[in-house]
Amino acid sequence: MKAIKTVEPWALEPLEKFLAEASARLCLLTTPTGQVIAQYGFSRAVDVISAAALGAGIISSSREMAVMLEEPAFDALNHQGERHGIFLAEFSSPRGGLVVLIVYGPESSPGLVQLFFEEFVRDIDASCPPPAHQAPVLAADFEKELNDNLRTLSGGDV
Amino acid sequence: MSADLQKKLEEVTRVRGVMGAMIVGAGDGLVVAESLMEGVRGNAVAALAASLFSRFGDASSASGAGAPKFIHLQADEGSLVALPGADDVIVVAVTDVGVNVGLVRLEMQRVVEAGT
Repeated sequence: MKAIKTVEPWALEPLEKFLAEASARLCLLTTPTGQVIAQYGFSRAVDVISAAALGAGIISSSREMAVMLEEPAFDALNHQGERHGIFLAEFSSPRGGLVVLIVYGPESSPGLVQLFFEEFVRDIDASCPPPAHQAPVLAADFEKELNDNLRTLSGGDV
Repeated sequence: MSADLQKKLEEVTRVRGVMGAMIVGAGDGLVVAESLMEGVRGNAVAALAASLFSRFGDASSASGAGAPKFIHLQADEGSLVALPGADDVIVVAVTDVGVNVGLVRLEMQRVVEAGT
């Protein structure tokens, strides 16, 4: 049984519920800039970082296309392949915008993922505390914090 | 979605005890067309019914019975009925407990014949 790895404890319970209900194979919760908050199913840190960067890029491009089309925003992106599908969506939380990337197999469907995503957003809204005042990041701490977070998300593979 | 198909779907909901009828993508669990009473969560029913139909399909195939032709799931306060259409869709109806399931099935079959 793979475990969810997260740097924010409030994300754990909503993610566990969402992954179980939507039968997701891989999951990534990030900020819109690609900073990883939690991951499930990825075995290598490099895959986590690549997927986060690609997801943030897609969200960013979609947002610009929405601007060009004078749309307020696109809700979610869904690609369903023969063996796998991906679901990518940005949503608001008390900590600002978050992005979730889900990879699902034939045991799930876009409808199921979309359905339980709506519940997941409500659960995150309830569990996520408002942002605490953060002290400025010092250069001396930055590298250590970055490595600690990467270690947590990759299970030590850094 | 043709107007004729939507009309046939509405005819399913005219059967006494039917709270809603939908055409749902079998592979994606998304609503193609719907005629629902207020309070029926169409997207939730669609996603879960498609998943259920797929699982029942796996079970019936594994048991050697072939693909399901009709599913009737009886619950405490109502039923969910589903049958396969053409083009990878299923026709789903949500009913209360006292419904005439045979009549609902007949109307759902007419939806299939109308071109799903």
